[in-house]
Amino acid sequence: MGAIEPGERQENDEVAGSSDHRARRTALYPCHLEAGARLVQFAGWEMPVQYTGIISEVEAVRETAGLFDVSHMGEILVAGEAAADVLQVLCTAEPGRVPPGKAFYTFLCNERGGIIDDVIIYRLAPDRFLVVANAANAARVLNRISEKAREDAGGRVSVEDRTEDTALLALQGPMANPSLSRLAQGPAQRTALAELRPFRFIREVRLGGTGCMVSRTGYTGEDGFEIFVASSDASGLWRQLLAASGADIVVPAGLGARDVLRMEAGYPLYGHELTEETTPLEVGMGRFVSFSGGAPFIGRPALERQAAEGPPRRLVYLVLQGRALPRQGYEVLYKERSVGRVTSGTFSPTLRVPIAMAMVEAGSDSGEGDGKDEAGWAVVIRGEPAAASRIREPFYRRRRR
Amino acid sequence: MTETGTLRFSKEHEWIRVEGEGRAVIGITDYAQKELGDIVFVELPSPGDSFEKGDGMAVVESVKAVSDVYAPFSGRVLEVNAALEDSPELVNRDPYGEGWLVVMELGEPGELENLLTGEEYARLYPTDAGRKSDG
Repeated sequence: MGAIEPGERQENDEVAGSSDHRARRTALYPCHLEAGARLVQFAGWEMPVQYTGIISEVEAVRETAGLFDVSHMGEILVAGEAAADVLQVLCTAEPGRVPPGKAFYTFLCNERGGIIDDVIIYRLAPDRFLVVANAANAARVLNRISEKAREDAGGRVSVEDRTEDTALLALQGPMANPSLSRLAQGPAQRTALAELRPFRFIREVRLGGTGCMVSRTGYTGEDGFEIFVASSDASGLWRQLLAASGADIVVPAGLGARDVLRMEAGYPLYGHELTEETTPLEVGMGRFVSFSGGAPFIGRPALERQAAEGPPRRLVYLVLQGRALPRQGYEVLYKERSVGRVTSGTFSPTLRVPIAMAMVEAGSDSGEGDGKDEAGWAVVIRGEPAAASRIREPFYRRRRR
Repeated sequence: MTETGTLRFSKEHEWIRVEGEGRAVIGITDYAQKELGDIVFVELPSPGDSFEKGDGMAVVESVKAVSDVYAPFSGRVLEVNAALEDSPELVNRDPYGEGWLVVMELGEPGELENLLTGEEYARLYPTDAGRKSDG
């Protein structure tokens, strides 16, 4: 058998089987060892890619709940009277218009409108924001914000990297809410957590006695929470979250499952769909670019131009026939003509078929906006075209209860 | 249940079991299936296909990785494990048994001389540790 290569050859992606002792470890590293995790290097961190297996972990998240360590994500605290102004210049949203207690998804773009990172920003207070960045881009995002704070706010805004002392846990799945409830202190907090709306957060919650910040966010397509906790308290909370509902309800889930879950839900990932050569409009994320407010942000002129002309490329969702898997970089055909490349692909444990996200030339397909699935697509796998259908919606949408 | 001690191994994580009458069964090792994780597709050759030693003759795909399986010696494919078409997970569940890949015609028994014993393979890839498979 050949060298066991990852299907997705991205510089910042994991390399199967490698573990580098220079890699950073999260506060939950001992818990991962205890749980028998398979560790890989990911964006400079030694992270669990799986515990029992990617497919069983995906199934657990769709059916009960999974607990993820995502402490490798960068946490950057931006504080000061002009904090909203500094962030406004850097991101495609309008931070000043978001109320405290609410989080928002946004893009940091370059002058050409290309994506430097996609982040979630939590407005902690009128003058305090917490920016959560992708691990691979965290240093760059930190530098960019620090630079802007120095230039524009002349020391009136402080920028602080909180990654080291903050652990981030994601509890995701239909049983996430009842499981979290078991650790909440008293009926008032239980209700507050249960009724927390998407992209809202509670700054101070006690879970099993541990002080945390809890938000109704996630990256799996399921209901769920993300829990910010001091690194020193992380392993205790991790064990409590697993124990409170029983091992068959909440299972530890690794980055492998997380990647499959986000693909099924149609969420883009940096280094795959999102790159410096790709704009938010091309990946169908125009709703996260705020042109309505007058505030200028880096990349705005380029994005406005692209919005007027129509983006030259678009992101499509493909379901493949057969069982061979589409991988990042594979060629995509429409009516036998090469129209683009796969950005992410996997086997979908939920749909039991191979799925792919791909960037293709705009207008390469005929049935624009007719709302129907469309045949005529193919992905070239080891020299052979594998027939595919384009679907209009992401692969998976959870049923609302 | 198969004693890995009766098998021969390649450094590329294939196992080979001589069945007599010039036939040898080929599969991938327990170490390899663990490294790959959940296997969701196995692309097999057709009976009658011939391969030179070192040619890619099959492809094993897991959720995260794709890997070629190389012919451990030269010869013709006699049989393939058709059960893998619908149940590729057999390679994870029983790599030395039901998860076999192909049966190849073995011309010269001397071809196997360069392959490793179970002990030698286990020394290189200790996870396998020459233990019995679960099958």
